[in-house]
Amino acid sequence: MPTSLTETYFPVLLQALLAMALAAGLLTASYLLGKRVRNKVKDMPYESGIVPTGDARQRFSVKFYLVGMLFILFDIEAIFLYPWAVVFRDLRMAGFVEMLIFVVLILSGFFYIWKKGALDWSKPEGAGRKQ
Amino acid sequence: MPVNFGATATDLIRFLPEIILTVMGTALMVLDPVLHKRASHAFGHLSIFALLAGIGGAVYAQSNPGTAFGGMLVVDGFATYFRVLVMVVGILTILPSYGFLARQQAETSEYHALLLFSIAGQCMMAAANDLIIVFIGLEISSISSYVLAGYLRDDKRSNEAALKYFLLGSFATAFFLYGVAITYGTVGTVNLTAIRAALSGADAPPVVFITLAAALMFVGLGFKVSAAPFQVWAPDVYQGAPTPVAAFLSAGPKAAAFAVFLRIFLTAFGPIGADWLPLVWMAALLSMTVGNFAALMQTNVKRMLAYSSIAHAGYVLVALTAQSDTGTAAAMFYLAAYAFMNIGAFAVVSHVSGRGERYQNIDDLAGLGRKQPMMAAMLTIFLLSLIGVPLTGGFFGKFYIFKAALESHLVWLAVLGLLNSAVAAYYYLRILVMVYMHEPGEAAGQTEPLTPGFRLALILPALGTLFLGIFPTWVLDCAGKSATLVK
Amino acid sequence: MLTAVPISWFLTLSAVLFALGVAGFVFRRNIITVFMSIELMLNAVNLSFVTFSYHQKQVNGHLYAFFVMVVAAAEAAVGLAIILTIFKNRSTLNIDDVDSMKN
Repeated sequence: MPTSLTETYFPVLLQALLAMALAAGLLTASYLLGKRVRNKVKDMPYESGIVPTGDARQRFSVKFYLVGMLFILFDIEAIFLYPWAVVFRDLRMAGFVEMLIFVVLILSGFFYIWKKGALDWSKPEGAGRKQ
Repeated sequence: MPVNFGATATDLIRFLPEIILTVMGTALMVLDPVLHKRASHAFGHLSIFALLAGIGGAVYAQSNPGTAFGGMLVVDGFATYFRVLVMVVGILTILPSYGFLARQQAETSEYHALLLFSIAGQCMMAAANDLIIVFIGLEISSISSYVLAGYLRDDKRSNEAALKYFLLGSFATAFFLYGVAITYGTVGTVNLTAIRAALSGADAPPVVFITLAAALMFVGLGFKVSAAPFQVWAPDVYQGAPTPVAAFLSAGPKAAAFAVFLRIFLTAFGPIGADWLPLVWMAALLSMTVGNFAALMQTNVKRMLAYSSIAHAGYVLVALTAQSDTGTAAAMFYLAAYAFMNIGAFAVVSHVSGRGERYQNIDDLAGLGRKQPMMAAMLTIFLLSLIGVPLTGGFFGKFYIFKAALESHLVWLAVLGLLNSAVAAYYYLRILVMVYMHEPGEAAGQTEPLTPGFRLALILPALGTLFLGIFPTWVLDCAGKSATLVK
Repeated sequence: MLTAVPISWFLTLSAVLFALGVAGFVFRRNIITVFMSIELMLNAVNLSFVTFSYHQKQVNGHLYAFFVMVVAAAEAAVGLAIILTIFKNRSTLNIDDVDSMKN
């Protein structure tokens, strides 16, 4: 049995060191042994893939933020379902009814954003915001 | 071991106001896309109906007081007093909102739904007996208020108010929450009654950590009640937010935050009262001084009322410093009086400021006495009450607070508070001089006629202010009985 | 059971993260970064909750962390929406430029 803190976490340290050594070793080996060709095709982001068009720093549609925010909200609500799912047998009917109320509240929020057009991707920007 | 986790009927009855408000708020949101523009006034009517039902629910719950949901919630006189107060504030906010929203062409159900959610959170704060419930109530109330502050989406000032309120509000919440975590770590529970028992027991946890936790919570709640030195957000938020919302923010969330303040510091941290006392009296003194002296220099009415609201938070903190039942009762009375007079004053400003809220300066009130005698008379009542002139609620509020301070041998604090009130009289009187002694300006000529709803929005707070000033004993008795129940 | 990392390490980490959050809130000028600092503070508190919960062999603290996470998500959604309207109206995210109300 390991007793001290150092002994307990020594394997972790060892693994971290090994991982770093391996990565550094491979990079060095390829740098020393590899052949270097420099031309226009080689410098492209996707060497044998799609030819990139335009600048990566263009502005995104505000829709992405909206969908992102809504996703965070509905995603995080699921957190309450996990503890409930673990013990739902012990909670019996009362727990089920309470969870049902919770889900109905979330669904009414979903109904609201749906009817407001927040999920309608094809509408022009901002159209969903004002009635 | 199977445990029955289901809520009992008693639990639900003690949670009735929050249930009513949440159901109605959700219903408004769902109804909005269905009804569209057809019934924009109906949203307001429904909200007022829900608030009246909520008040009924709170009073009904009081007929059988006790704890609910395993001690997380407590219905006692104190909780009922504040629940009723915040719901009355809600009604008084909606009444002037009809006209205001119509003028800004921004009538939606979201406004009312958010207001109801915010009030539900405040009711929960008033009845909370558990730090996590306090936190959740605080956040329900705050998050809805952030949106309300930025309700006029295309108005730069409203945006800015929302941003500042949001950033500083969340910052404060994090402090409060860290205090909760440290309390949980040292005491092993977040139940207020249990914390009190643990702190007064023989093997009390180290006082250093508990004092640190109390200090962190003090910072968090200090922000929420806009007490100095955590007041920086208040002037910008009150100035930028739509006027009825500013009125609401200065009365509702503040009253609920003070309810939590009193409950946490007098119930849970009561046994270590001597340790947190210096924090509170310093904040009280600083709030009164900073608020009043900064208010002297303002030209914008809303901004001036914001600084005056900081000063009034200072007076209530004096009542907390007294650490006695008299002090608690005085704070409860003062918050009710303050809610009436401040909402009334903001209602007048919201009417005078006109479309797009252009006229917000003190000069814009010039000649109001001649153009709108009824509104000017109401404004006079509110301002006299804010000064603390006898026969108004403000007078007895201050009177009881300073009386409580004297009973707790805080003579110097009472004296400094009184000196502050004298300073405050100057800037309130300056408005009255403008209203009655000056020629009508551009703004007074442009004000629209009063609608019946708006008349009610002025008369009800005025009646409340006068009632508290002429028959203070009734409310004070209520408060006094509830104050002894806090522990 | 293996020897655990002492509880004080977690609490110190939590305090350091919280302090970093406060520092970020006070010193950074980009609104998004300021907002992230607040989230950092909340997560630091969560770490404290979980540590205390583990230390006291209770599950309560873990559940409090759940509540904090949900509230933080709601706050994030509202906050980002507010920041978005600020950007639309002013085309800047520098906090010093959002200052139109002064006498």
